[in-house]
Amino acid sequence: MSNDTPTKSKEYIRPMPANWWLTKRTYLLFMIRELTSVFVAAYAVFLLVLAIRRNDPEAFAALLSNPLLIALQVICLPMVVFHTVTWLNLTPKVLVVWRGEERVNPLLIAGAHYVAWAIISIVILSISCP
Amino acid sequence: MAASETDQSGPTMSMDVFRYEPDKDTEPRYQRYEVPYREDWVVLDALNHVKDQIDGTLSFRWSCRMGVCGSCGMMVNGEPKLTCAAFLRDYYPEPIRIDPLNYFPVIRDLIINIDDFLGKLNDVKAWLIPKEEKPVSEGEYRQSPAELAHYKQFSMCINCMLCYAACPVYGQKSEFIGPAGIALAQRYNLDSRDGAAEERHDAIFSDEGIWECTFVGDCTRVCPKNVDPAGAIQQAKVTATNDFFKSMLMPWGNK
Repeated sequence: MSNDTPTKSKEYIRPMPANWWLTKRTYLLFMIRELTSVFVAAYAVFLLVLAIRRNDPEAFAALLSNPLLIALQVICLPMVVFHTVTWLNLTPKVLVVWRGEERVNPLLIAGAHYVAWAIISIVILSISCP
Repeated sequence: MAASETDQSGPTMSMDVFRYEPDKDTEPRYQRYEVPYREDWVVLDALNHVKDQIDGTLSFRWSCRMGVCGSCGMMVNGEPKLTCAAFLRDYYPEPIRIDPLNYFPVIRDLIINIDDFLGKLNDVKAWLIPKEEKPVSEGEYRQSPAELAHYKQFSMCINCMLCYAACPVYGQKSEFIGPAGIALAQRYNLDSRDGAAEERHDAIFSDEGIWECTFVGDCTRVCPKNVDPAGAIQQAKVTATNDFFKSMLMPWGNK
């Protein structure tokens, strides 16, 4: 950024290829993680529409039996699971807890999120299918 | 580096090296060198062999050859590496390709222009600014082991810039302060002796700062010192968000 460079003669700038995200496995995994959020959003919209139709049993049932929407759910499930798993695995990077001089084990932090995920899923399942 | 006189005998391997000589070339090219293969040689040893024995015009930076100075970073087969720590035996017998660190302008051959990075260290004030200056006669600024532990990991940074060469965000937008710059800002912000977090806010909480980061995480993967710049950036995002909500909910409280 500074202007006091004596070697500014003829520098070569390497262009970044448009397919940069295909050049490395880690970049590709990142792009997949980002793209799965589209499916997370799609499923959230589906849930919202279901919630709006909750007092209309016929429309509710029609939504659930629509083959296109069943296909949507089948696609969304692995996408949302991938998104959730990659996200939970990153939680120890964000959440740093100190116990004196010791940093709480990152596995413990990620593990706590998985346990919370399991408990919330069980609670929701037990409410929805008694 | 011993026994380089017996080069003709043992096995060799090929090295394709990025060449760009600004006084001659308009485009870069790759030049292939045959170098002796030795189990205990690193890529930097091979480059020094080329420079000494084969082609004195090849230019590259290096200094300590023991992973401390951070000046020999290059792309080895497309991965940012300290060439003093990248062993030939991990690539042999396939040829290896050496490029200058990604995303930086090339001055000549494997030498990149690092002014942008140095400017950023300046922007984030990557040095200790004590809460209050005190005369030497009052003694040192004391710190407990627990206080040291909070920033020690980030202080391991050797400014080798491998993290920048791994960061596609920096590749797309060179204004991004980038992994090491933000990790070093965090290093001083988290230091109990430092009192200048407020002064660093504008630089690291700006549009070119933490919010540019999309958490690709490759900076952390390539860091030779386990600094975890990606973690530093996400932790700074949490701090910034907390500060924002605090100032919204309790505007009367001092920040």
